[in-house]
Amino acid sequence: MEEILGLVIARYNYWIYITLMMVGLYGMIAKNNLVKKIVGMNIFQTAIILFYVSIGVKKGATIPIIEHSHDVAHQAVRAADYINPLPHVLMLTAIVVSVATLGVALAVAVTVYQRHQTLEEDEILKQIREP
Amino acid sequence: MNVHYPALLVIIPLLASFFISAAGWLRPVWCFPLAVAAMAGSLLVSLGLLVDVLLGIPGLYWFGGWPPPWGIYYRVDHLNTLVLVIIAAVGFVNLMAARPTVERDFPEKAGPFYTLYVLFVTGLLGMVVTGDAFNLYVLLEIAAITGYALIALGKGRAALSSLHYIFMGTIGACFYLLGVGYLYIVTGSLNMEDISRLLQPLHGSNVVIVAFVIMMVGIWLKMGFFPLHAWLPNAYTYAPSPVSSLVAPLMTKVMVYVMIRMILTVFTLDYAFLVLKLNDAVVWLAVIAIVAGSLLALAEKDVKRMLTYIVVAEVGYMVGGFWLGNRAGFTGAVLHIVNDALMTFCLFLAVGNIIHVKGNSRLESLSGLFRTMPWTMGALVVGALSIIGVPPTCGFFSKWYLLLGAIQSGHYGFLAALLGSSLVGVVLFFRIFEIGYFEPLGASHGPAHGEGGAAVREAPLGMLVPLWITALSLILVGLYTGEIVGRVIRHAIPEMML
Amino acid sequence: MEPLPSLKPLLAVLVSLGVVPILMSSRSANVREAWTFGAAGLKFLLVLAMLPTVLEGRELVCTLAEVLPGVAFRLRVDALGMLFALVASSLWIITSAYSIGYMRGLQEHGQTRYFCFFALALSATIGAAFSANLFTLYLFYEMLSFATYPLVTHHQDAEARRSGRKYLLYIVGSSIGLVLPAMIFSYHLSGTLEFTSQGFLPRAGSPVLLGVLLFMFLFGFAKAAVMPLHAWLPAAMVAPTPVSALLHAVAVVKVGVFCILRVLTGVFGLDLLASFHLGAAVACVAAFTIIVASLIALTQNELKRLLAFSTIGQLSYIVLGAALLSPKALVGGMVHIAMHAFGKITLFFCAGAIYVATRKKYLSDLVGIGKRMPVTMAAFFVGALSVIGLPPTGGFLSKWYLVLGTLQAHQWPMLLVILSSSLLNAAYFFPIVYRAFFFQGDQSLSDNTTQEAPLWCLVPLIITAVCTILFFFYPFPFLRLAELAGL
Repeated sequence: MEEILGLVIARYNYWIYITLMMVGLYGMIAKNNLVKKIVGMNIFQTAIILFYVSIGVKKGATIPIIEHSHDVAHQAVRAADYINPLPHVLMLTAIVVSVATLGVALAVAVTVYQRHQTLEEDEILKQIREP
Repeated sequence: MNVHYPALLVIIPLLASFFISAAGWLRPVWCFPLAVAAMAGSLLVSLGLLVDVLLGIPGLYWFGGWPPPWGIYYRVDHLNTLVLVIIAAVGFVNLMAARPTVERDFPEKAGPFYTLYVLFVTGLLGMVVTGDAFNLYVLLEIAAITGYALIALGKGRAALSSLHYIFMGTIGACFYLLGVGYLYIVTGSLNMEDISRLLQPLHGSNVVIVAFVIMMVGIWLKMGFFPLHAWLPNAYTYAPSPVSSLVAPLMTKVMVYVMIRMILTVFTLDYAFLVLKLNDAVVWLAVIAIVAGSLLALAEKDVKRMLTYIVVAEVGYMVGGFWLGNRAGFTGAVLHIVNDALMTFCLFLAVGNIIHVKGNSRLESLSGLFRTMPWTMGALVVGALSIIGVPPTCGFFSKWYLLLGAIQSGHYGFLAALLGSSLVGVVLFFRIFEIGYFEPLGASHGPAHGEGGAAVREAPLGMLVPLWITALSLILVGLYTGEIVGRVIRHAIPEMML
Repeated sequence: MEPLPSLKPLLAVLVSLGVVPILMSSRSANVREAWTFGAAGLKFLLVLAMLPTVLEGRELVCTLAEVLPGVAFRLRVDALGMLFALVASSLWIITSAYSIGYMRGLQEHGQTRYFCFFALALSATIGAAFSANLFTLYLFYEMLSFATYPLVTHHQDAEARRSGRKYLLYIVGSSIGLVLPAMIFSYHLSGTLEFTSQGFLPRAGSPVLLGVLLFMFLFGFAKAAVMPLHAWLPAAMVAPTPVSALLHAVAVVKVGVFCILRVLTGVFGLDLLASFHLGAAVACVAAFTIIVASLIALTQNELKRLLAFSTIGQLSYIVLGAALLSPKALVGGMVHIAMHAFGKITLFFCAGAIYVATRKKYLSDLVGIGKRMPVTMAAFFVGALSVIGLPPTGGFLSKWYLVLGTLQAHQWPMLLVILSSSLLNAAYFFPIVYRAFFFQGDQSLSDNTTQEAPLWCLVPLIITAVCTILFFFYPFPFLRLAELAGL
């Protein structure tokens, strides 16, 4: 029990992202309303973004900006002092991607609504089956 | 030849898509010519790269001059050059065939259609050419998002199917991204070769296993590998025909390529086959995919929907062939990426013609088509023979290698599945041909239902010519299999394969 | 001797393929048929032009492309292929003439399609005859299967549809399900598919594996109609009679037995078969087919179905000839390809001529028809003699060699099979002829006026009947080729 608790606390960022992912997945699978599904999808994507952001963090490190002062330039740069910026930069792209996906999904949902006058999936499927 | 070719391959259509989008607002007539120019440009560049590879010049490109592992780099080698040519060629030929349908069915959306079309091809080309794991994700999403939008252009159920595809596609892409994240945790690199180098001592790590499994599941989801195929049939069926004939042949094949690339270059064959020992299990999954895809295809009453299940079965061919883990299987899988793209392209084009003329592709509306649409049906026959695997069409040769691979590794389940699915193919297609040939059943014989009973009502020439170019290419590629395998694919096979 | 590189085999294959676009675009029936004749004549001349070289014992080759490592798309003309090509191409000319009479006489629909696919089927037949390896053979075999489907189902009615299904199920099902894996397995074992005089399969293979492979080939080439995969042939008789005549007495079924001959001689080699006692197994299957098919033929009332079962039996003679593993029997089997072709095509021509002239196809209606169609029935008699194997017809020669072969191989049971089958053949053919000439039938046939089929139908069947007799006296080219091939 202790061990598991320790594991949860030590890797709490992983547990958060996995929980978020599952919440998103649940929304996508279990919800009947298409917009709620889309919200679930967005939570799913955000979970992964958080995962990436969290892996760039280091304890006690600072933002990766090296000041252009004469005295610092002569010192060796210690990587451990700075958080890893790369995952964060990557996530800027991933955020753009997720926003684009969200946009397309919502636009398609609007089309679905225009065609079927509802966003409840079971009603849409009923309409399709009995035209 | 030109050192910038690998970059131009992606940049030409990427820039063109902006111009097409602008033209869509300002001068809609310019959209089509611009799209043609972009596709022709990509095709020429991809052919140039093929020539380079044949001459032994490596196609490497460092973006911004940053050497790997810092910068993104593009790489053309024996494995992906053929895939590039096929994507560009299918994109180009399909664009020609798309015009009559676009102009008739959704002329007001021509601008967005061509923009999305070119962007989709950009995404696919980029996925194949890139040597950077994260860049691959971005390009994957470019192809996917444009793909969703293109599919949603269809009528009726298309929007809902597209939405389902968005959900599943996003999960797949996110899984891939998650896998890249785990690899990044252990290696701190995104460059494929660099990751591979750094992974060597880490093969026992659990993180790497998690990364591998998550990544594979994501890729399989995107390629519609049974039982992760649920999104595929609806999305491809309800899409407008020019979209189905673009997305269906290419998207799944490119994902198969991505799978091969990831295992070959990033995880290495040692890891996949010797450390994890997943090969037998995955081949059995492929067997299930082939059998299930074939049987589900049998149950369909609509030709286009039937074809989508054939795509599901064919994915099983390639995944199984690769995971056999021997030279013949590998050759078969890579060759089948090329051949299957062409084959399914030919079939979807033919069905597109039928839909263009008849309005739908249900089995009952096919009656008498050999008389009214002889050219379309002729090409459909060629495509069908290739799917069945009749020489000299190209489908025979990739099946040959896959069967040989199955025999060499003693995997008789895979052998039986391949042969069985060929036989199911005979049933599937001859059911179509029977309806087209025999129906409507007239008086037994004699001059009663004589020649020219029903007038020929063919699709426009603009759709027939691309169709027949594709159909003839099936035979041509078949006859040049020796060259393709001997000069390109053979060099892509890693040394360690038996 | 070194094989001679030559383009002639390729041209011989392509000439009928090349004529298809012309046939399709021809506006008038006369132009179309003129082109058919042109192609048929040219094909025959091309084949004939290669004959002297082959008779000298040399071979011609034409390599097109190396499609798989060690496997090329290659044509090679040797004695056995030459023999078969000679039969098929010469009979195409005669059948073309007959087709014109038959199709016009019955005012059939879709004649353009008919002639196109006929030409395609002939290309595939010649291609199969000249195949240098198993892959090329398989290619043309499949091409022939699909090219003949529209011919078999020419009437486009429900019956044709059923027969077409049966045809595809048997032919394509067996070729994909059995021949393809067997071929790939052979390639896996030996790394090549090229026919050689002693076979290319390794001597060291396990007997069980080789036996399984052999039977996969034997049944896989279902066009040879070896029982139990024979049921497609009677079903395919719904086709117009010229199709039945050329394809189901000559081209299609003979391609089947030709493939089996090639596999027995070129893939396994007679020595290998002998050392594992595989020949006897094949001979038993063939003997079973011969006897059972003849017995079934006795019970048939429809003339074409009777001929179909007779064909099934006769085809297995050829398989038996090779399976006896003695040189004489092999020669007999090979010559039987030619002799049976001419005899059986005569019989089919007669059946078609009777149908065109009287619309009758059941034996019970043919009583007394000899008075109305004396020439046709005389030719029928000649054809029947040849199939039974009586002098003075060519059929006698091939049976003679087969009987000698059984003696040479000391296979007494097989001798019994051949002789009893001949008796059975006589038992189902002679009553037809006898009743046609010496019995009074129903009123419509008994008004004593001769009324033959149109000349386009009549002349071809006279020619083939005469040829059948001629080959008894001058069997030279066929016999010589068979001896060359048997060496």
